[in-house]
Amino acid sequence: MKIELINAKKWIDLFVEKLETNKVVLNELDTAIGDGDHGTNMNRGAEAISAAFAKKEPENLADLYKTTAFAMIQKVGGASGPLYGTAFLDMSKAVKTDNLELGDLIKVGTDGLKRRGESDYGMKTMIDVWQPVSEALSEDKFNQQVITDALVKSKELVATKGRASYLEEKSKGHIDPGSQSSAYLFESLLEVIGD
Amino acid sequence: MKYGIVIVSHSYDIAQGVKQLISQAAPDLSITTAGGTEDNGIGSSLEKIQKAVDDNTGDEILAFYDLGSSKMNLEMLMEMTDRKIHKYDVALVEGAYTAATLAQVDSPLETIENNLKALTIK
Repeated sequence: MKIELINAKKWIDLFVEKLETNKVVLNELDTAIGDGDHGTNMNRGAEAISAAFAKKEPENLADLYKTTAFAMIQKVGGASGPLYGTAFLDMSKAVKTDNLELGDLIKVGTDGLKRRGESDYGMKTMIDVWQPVSEALSEDKFNQQVITDALVKSKELVATKGRASYLEEKSKGHIDPGSQSSAYLFESLLEVIGD
Repeated sequence: MKYGIVIVSHSYDIAQGVKQLISQAAPDLSITTAGGTEDNGIGSSLEKIQKAVDDNTGDEILAFYDLGSSKMNLEMLMEMTDRKIHKYDVALVEGAYTAATLAQVDSPLETIENNLKALTIK
């Protein structure tokens, strides 16, 4: 399955909405195992995405993902800025000539996260959500359960990357805020493409 | 001069402070900083790093950073720019001071890097 410009735009618009609605939830998750500003940071990114779209409607997929990337890079401030930014920038480059299957597209983003964060699956980071979603999309098995399962699984992990890793065992039982905002991203996608 | 120094920090004041400190040891070097977010809050800004690199008059840049997103933003900029940037995973203050002192007296990169090795912390 591939996603075209109109639906991809809806996807990002829904993500923006969820980030704005859940600013407090993300801040609370981040207060438990981080510095408490993931919601505020992502909301700043969300506002920047909206503003960039309002200024200039994206003309194609590469443009849409690039605009999203730069809004995140310039406005988020925390580590999630360069992480989301790299994922979307890599996705933008990947669709420049040809659109990709969604599973492949999200894999490109996941690989970007791994490169930028020098991280991998199972370290209690965003990757724990991105990778299973990418795999499920490729196998045509993507649904809400995939996202929920990824979050639940990651919740029980001890963080070995990012600030939460300083907490060691204490990070167990908490949802990684970046994983939660990634869940919003993919729930938005699900709303657009359906089960 | 051959080398310039770029300081990337989550804090505007830390970046300024490190510059002030190492300028004493290296008065002739181009030292530029990217501290904090756009509005000088805590965080890091790719745009500021871009500007610090653009404004630096060294032929090549020795870059020092403090925490996670400073590093990630710096690496992102390195993928985008044509400037030659060497990034060091060392203690920010000690590393920048060591490099500045050596670059001031035109030490070769090999000497600078050998001295930085002992300060690797990340």
